[in-house]
Amino acid sequence: MIDKKHIGYNFTPVTITVEEGRLKFLAKTLGETKGIYTDPDAAKAAGLPGLLAPPTFPFMLEIDALDLVDFISVLGETLEKLLHGEENFKYYAPIYAGDSITVRKKITDIIDKKGGALQFVISDNSFTNQHGKIVADTRTNYIFRHQ
Amino acid sequence: MTQPTFNSLNVGDEIPALTTPSVSRHTLALYCGASGDHNPIHVDLDFAKSSGLDDVIAHGMLSAAYLAQMLTNWVPQSALRSFNNRFTAMTQIGDTVSCSGKIVEKFEKDGEKFVRLELYTNTPEAQTITAEAVVVLA
Repeated sequence: MIDKKHIGYNFTPVTITVEEGRLKFLAKTLGETKGIYTDPDAAKAAGLPGLLAPPTFPFMLEIDALDLVDFISVLGETLEKLLHGEENFKYYAPIYAGDSITVRKKITDIIDKKGGALQFVISDNSFTNQHGKIVADTRTNYIFRHQ
Repeated sequence: MTQPTFNSLNVGDEIPALTTPSVSRHTLALYCGASGDHNPIHVDLDFAKSSGLDDVIAHGMLSAAYLAQMLTNWVPQSALRSFNNRFTAMTQIGDTVSCSGKIVEKFEKDGEKFVRLELYTNTPEAQTITAEAVVVLA
């Protein structure tokens, strides 16, 4: 069982540069063909400072900032038990290639389900760009199967 | 592309759907690298079996990314204000991911006009994501 002492735990903030090549690789993987996601010249022509990061990108920054294995070891758990329950995004501003995004992650709740057979670990995450603007918030629900 | 407007949409309207090619091991290998989600349960058969599964399973966030792509095919990404995903079943190797959505509410707040959508991803066997999005429209 995951100790509820972890509720309120703040991980050390991590700042990550959004690389253009990574966004191209992601677009290719997803079969995305719109130029603002794949072609820096098309993004510039559309008036953007660089390639646009797609809507689920903040979750990728969340993992970049804190590897899943490291996150789970803080909780004293193992990867075999992990399922992804929910991923919720709020958007305030775009993320572009070349941005420098600071990721802040906090464990906000740990909830027992089914008499402890499952535990939900909720984390709230915020993403701030190099101009000090919060660009997104996410809430992640990790499910741990104990049986 | 003609962009949808608040007045042109009604509750119950469906947005253009998106169905992906079948998810292959290659797709999952690429997504593992591109997304940074290196959980071996998606790419390493030995690990998947040790976790009690018969085979590797797709990343839930891969299907969420396809859902998001359906939305950004419909409206510019800047219109998207929130996107909430609940993962309800696993996606298996060889599954196609069918994304669909419909408008469930129209509302105005602080001088802006919004629609709320219910969104789903389905494989041939199961509904794999139930999602909700709020989009601002002119």
